Amino acid sequence: MAENKDHEGVKAAGYNLAPVNARLSAGEKIALYRTMVSIRRFEERSLRAYQAKKIGGFLHLYTGQEAVAVGCCSLMGRDDHVITAYRDHGHAIAVGMDPKALMAELYGKATGCSKGKGGSMHFFDPSRHFWGGHGIVGGQVPLGAGIAYALKYQGVAGACLAFMGDGAVNQGAVHETYNLAALWQLPVVFVIENNGYSMGTSQARSSSGELSKRAEGYGMDWGICQGHDIYEVRATLDRFLTLAREGSKPSIVEIDTYRYRGHSVADPDNTYRSKAEIEEYRRTKDPIQVFAAALAAEGVLDEARAAQIDAEIRAETDRAADFAEASPFPTVADITKDVYWEEDNPDQKKSQGRIFFD
Amino acid sequence: MLISYREAIRQALAEELQRDPNVVVMGEEVAQFHGAYKVTEGLLEKFGPKRIVDTPISEAGFVGLGIGASMLGIRPVIELMFWSFYSVCFDQILNNAANIRYMSGGLIHCPIVIRGPANGGTNVGATHSHTPEGICASHPGVKVVCPATAYDAKGLLKSAIRDNDPVLFMENTILYGDKGEVPDGEYLVPLGLADIKRPGTDLTIVAYGRAVINALAAAQLLEQEHDISAEVVDLRSIRPLDEATVLASVRKTHRVLLVEESKPFCGVGAQLAYMIQDRAFDDLDAPIKRVSSIDAPAIYSPALELEQLPDPQRILRAAVELLR
Repeated sequence: MAENKDHEGVKAAGYNLAPVNARLSAGEKIALYRTMVSIRRFEERSLRAYQAKKIGGFLHLYTGQEAVAVGCCSLMGRDDHVITAYRDHGHAIAVGMDPKALMAELYGKATGCSKGKGGSMHFFDPSRHFWGGHGIVGGQVPLGAGIAYALKYQGVAGACLAFMGDGAVNQGAVHETYNLAALWQLPVVFVIENNGYSMGTSQARSSSGELSKRAEGYGMDWGICQGHDIYEVRATLDRFLTLAREGSKPSIVEIDTYRYRGHSVADPDNTYRSKAEIEEYRRTKDPIQVFAAALAAEGVLDEARAAQIDAEIRAETDRAADFAEASPFPTVADITKDVYWEEDNPDQKKSQGRIFFD
Repeated sequence: MLISYREAIRQALAEELQRDPNVVVMGEEVAQFHGAYKVTEGLLEKFGPKRIVDTPISEAGFVGLGIGASMLGIRPVIELMFWSFYSVCFDQILNNAANIRYMSGGLIHCPIVIRGPANGGTNVGATHSHTPEGICASHPGVKVVCPATAYDAKGLLKSAIRDNDPVLFMENTILYGDKGEVPDGEYLVPLGLADIKRPGTDLTIVAYGRAVINALAAAQLLEQEHDISAEVVDLRSIRPLDEATVLASVRKTHRVLLVEESKPFCGVGAQLAYMIQDRAFDDLDAPIKRVSSIDAPAIYSPALELEQLPDPQRILRAAVELLR
């Protein structure tokens, strides 16, 4: 069910020749590259801020996985939507959110994308069809199916990309959602970003069988691809997104990737994997290096241009950190805003009585 | 017209389904089976399978799906066959629906209603007899409503469906057959407005849900047998809470008895008692008293379960003691 002849052909010829990639202009390819670098530099800068104690709580970095979010989100059309878990910085940047608002959110500032109320795990931008940013493993997956349900209900030919990590596949809510999506033929693509470890537990120690093949139990289509090659991510996801948009068919796609950092940056990273393993991925599969090499081979990117992009993005990321640093914190009065729609829209309020208590 | 509490809820659903094409009724057995408690009977035939949707037994899945759909403007009215099943979708209701507006800095709202019966007293044991209004209301971000009569059930449910925040609507299987007067035309009961179900002068009984019915029966006995005039305040809505009506009654009667079918510890009554002593300490002529379910899991034994829940006699005894 996973592979079809067309796709085998694409694979043999090279993913860069898949129609969805072949039609990219040089400028569009550079834009993809630029977004991947933006994620890398944003994460590195936020790590420095975390180490300087500017950022509290958890910080789940996306470095190593950039081609996944950028590849998938670059396929989103006008009516497509995306939702993800707590390792959400990459998706937020991939849909075009302003790094200033993201960094300010990490700093807990009023200028953050969630006004300092969400933090690292809870970025949102409905105007870009980005519905979070969710902290509980697998908890966002039913919401993703609900977005797809709404699209189908409203007769909109869009799809929802519902991301989860490899640790989410054993949550009950995920399986309930698989069943509902298949039963009601919802236009959703469940994307398992498999970075090999659910926190510190490897896939071999946590999950039985192939992750996306579980789709067969629900009569859904499924696929699997490498996540370090953005062309492969795009070629693979394009097929499943098309199935969802045009045939309202749900699917599960596993994308194999890797994270350079621990689960969250404060977590120990040497108890369950080796430095050599991390270095091996960095040396052979770093998604930015892989894409840079492909673009160089195509004559789209040279070293000077890559260095220029990098310098521009470093400056942009520094500006984001400066913006965050200079921004004000929310006030105590802000704590009880954005809790109820009705309280935030008093001119349209119908309820009476007391809603906040002492 | 005189209709049952069940019919009142059904009318509210039908009227809102008719009014707004984004309203969807979803849940276990709500369509073909006509509802486990027949609340949704006839709706499938009238509105069709796109609007009245049977689900598999997957509360976390379909409640979460409803929350996601509500973010895009669908207005799902999700039936939990029993509110007791909230425990298997707790994360969806009280993490996702309750928090998503906040965590997005106000960018998102979830106009979802989750409704169903939340009561003991039907001999179904502890797993099916939960009364989670207090637990749910302790989560900012959701609203909690507990109607006692057909009139209130209809008017409150229509308001809940039009509300842009998540509303948890808690009914009572024992009340489904109770009949009450409901106007012929459309009406709404706003959330957060209590109702004085019986005026009185000697003490205030504050209750909600079926406890209101028992409080009214007790008030009648108090009048007949003890010449005590009890005012019965029906909260109707737990969050938002109509503190003003409660306090006005306390200032009139100077004595308060709280009645709830839930367990006493950290319950709605505890919040009310705190609020009353804080705002009306000088108006109180006696300590606030409370009658609630006896503090143990809901017992199965039909004879004993009646004793575990507040009944008119237990309310009456507490009232008499309060006035001694």
